[in-house]
Amino acid sequence: MSSIFDIASSAMNAQMVRLNTTASNLANVDTVSTTEEGAYRARNPVFKAAMVAAGATPGRVQQDAQLPGVLVQEIAHNDGPVPMRYEPTNPMANEEGYVFGSNVNAVEEMANMISASRSYQSNMEVFNTTKTLMLRTLQLGQQ
Amino acid sequence: MMAINFDKALGIHEQALQVRAQRHEVLASNIANADTPGYKARDIDFRAALQKSAQSSAGQLRLLSTQANHMPVYGVGGSNGPAELMYRMPLQPSLDGNTVESHVEQAQFADNTMRYQATLQFLSSKFSGLKTVIQGGR
Repeated sequence: MSSIFDIASSAMNAQMVRLNTTASNLANVDTVSTTEEGAYRARNPVFKAAMVAAGATPGRVQQDAQLPGVLVQEIAHNDGPVPMRYEPTNPMANEEGYVFGSNVNAVEEMANMISASRSYQSNMEVFNTTKTLMLRTLQLGQQ
Repeated sequence: MMAINFDKALGIHEQALQVRAQRHEVLASNIANADTPGYKARDIDFRAALQKSAQSSAGQLRLLSTQANHMPVYGVGGSNGPAELMYRMPLQPSLDGNTVESHVEQAQFADNTMRYQATLQFLSSKFSGLKTVIQGGR
């Protein structure tokens, strides 16, 4: 039953990464760049079910475990088009007077944030319940 | 002569507790992977798992006794390996191939937790019963 602590903490770790990327995306929603390549692109973690090793650094994979936790496989960049705006007074504007914004969708990020927070809470609940059950089991027969 | 034997005194509850703990792990894994694309939710059929566990503990390996008054020694534990995992049928499958439904998993998790505690309670009263017997009702 102690593997639940690894499973739940791997999931909480993954949701925390998701929350971090969301924070980064929302912070950069109005960032502009002179070039198209330099524009900020939304980042999103890619989750993968993987066996997590006991007490390991996040990302290490164990072979003999049976039930998977969550592993952040990569942080994917959104390759969608970035908006080009005509702002000749902007100090970041190029020779033609254009700036390149970020392709972050603020509404999507807000929804992501709520979802990540709820999932984190669920796993916290699992963690606490398991802790209570284990403590009760340890006290079995002592009353 | 009736010897005091933990296996007989505790009955099915010992195995039940093990199967409950196993199911707890499976459900925790489902909840952890609620946002993982392509993950399929799994569960244990408690009745079948308990039956298998109880059968294996009844017909398990035991130490050979050459005299009638030797104490019987059984192998360790009631269960032989984890119970069979099955896939859950989703009510509303999602586009990314994930079949975890948070509300279903959380309900099952809460249910399993309660039943685990009930089994613990049963075991606890068995132990206090044994204690009373050992102390002669004092």
